[in-house]
Amino acid sequence: MDATVSTGTEDSVWGGGNKPLGASYGKMMMWFFIMSDALTFSGFLVAYGFSRFKFIELWPIADEVFTHVPFFHGNYPMYYVAFMTFILIMSSVTMVLAVDAGHKMKQKSVILYMFLTIIGGAIFVGSQAWEWATFIKGDFGALETNSGRILQFVDAETGERAALADFAKTLPEERVKHVASEGIWFQSEGYQTSYSLNEVVEGFKATPNILIRTEQLNEEGEKTLLDRKQSLAKILEANQVVEGANLVHNEYGHRLFADFFFFITGFHGFHVFSGVVINIIIFFNVILGTYQRRGHYEMVEKVGLYWHFVDLVWVFVFTFFYLV
Amino acid sequence: MAHEHKLEIFRGLLKFKSNTQKIWGVLIFLSIVTTVEVALGIVKPKFLTHSYFLGMKLLNWIFIILTLVKAYYIAWDFMHLRDEKTPLRRVIVWTPIFLICYLIFILLFEADYIYNVYSDGFITWNF
Repeated sequence: MDATVSTGTEDSVWGGGNKPLGASYGKMMMWFFIMSDALTFSGFLVAYGFSRFKFIELWPIADEVFTHVPFFHGNYPMYYVAFMTFILIMSSVTMVLAVDAGHKMKQKSVILYMFLTIIGGAIFVGSQAWEWATFIKGDFGALETNSGRILQFVDAETGERAALADFAKTLPEERVKHVASEGIWFQSEGYQTSYSLNEVVEGFKATPNILIRTEQLNEEGEKTLLDRKQSLAKILEANQVVEGANLVHNEYGHRLFADFFFFITGFHGFHVFSGVVINIIIFFNVILGTYQRRGHYEMVEKVGLYWHFVDLVWVFVFTFFYLV
Repeated sequence: MAHEHKLEIFRGLLKFKSNTQKIWGVLIFLSIVTTVEVALGIVKPKFLTHSYFLGMKLLNWIFIILTLVKAYYIAWDFMHLRDEKTPLRRVIVWTPIFLICYLIFILLFEADYIYNVYSDGFITWNF
């Protein structure tokens, strides 16, 4: 700006050099990006809301889907997601501490806090990968009906969910995986289930204490449990076994739930991942002393804005995917 | 860069001595809110799941309000919106809020309409 020719109008409001918003170009552009990204995420979350309201009576209950904690067996709804949320908030705190240390030009503290932020982000992405793996692998297994509805099984005595392995019969039959090169050329299977439909149905008929649970939510907000007679009639509608979840089949309930799970947490996880990468780049710049020589740590502040935004989005994803 | 920090939260109810202290204070507050959310999500008290306000369970209203509270403190204290100039803050906050409210209104009403078509129509979707 030193080369600017003096025009004699600098003192007036429109003479230039005014900063009505008091933000630098880089920071302003980061805010631009964050706003447009916020609208993208809102689009996803509202689309999720759209599908959920459309199938409000049969939407899966998140508490029953995300019940696992690494290294522990048993039913722990929400605990692990709460832990992930806490990790992300914590890494947000170390980030803002790094920004604060940057204002005070304390290179050593910035290095430490940036490092902790990167670790927090890595733990979060790792947790999300684990959660995906658990979700894809599945829990109890279920049947899918002709109309794509999911039938799950419950032990009548304990009221607990029953896994297919608990009651399915092993029949002397063998079924090969359907590949496109053999059989119908435009059809193929992604995976072969541990039990065939026939084995599950026969096992179900032979085990009187197993009942079917449909996707339909009752007034209590719980899934409808059929009695034995209704169950026996209902199982005739089944046309395939489903284990785990993918983009087409989902043993936890409506398939759109799985689609949105993959899409929204995936998009968010991708943001966290790119945030970690950007953080690492800035981290090395801090170590090299780039910002110390530049005289200010605004880059840390900008990448910090992005990092907090990722945290902000997670707060909403957490609420709308896991809590509500 | 905003070097001066406003150190008051809760409309001046709580005033911190330094910015670092404020950050930890906000962390404690956010952790408490998250804990409350998770606890409510696990317990699901009957009086909250069975009372409705504007067609939505009271519990869900609580979740959404607590989420907005958390979002406010993340944006205001971590993203330093509290220290930015008022016009910048308003542009950043109100533009998305307006657009998102509009989107929510349109899509959720449409979804409810489709739900009614599905449930009141003469075709069964469950066979």
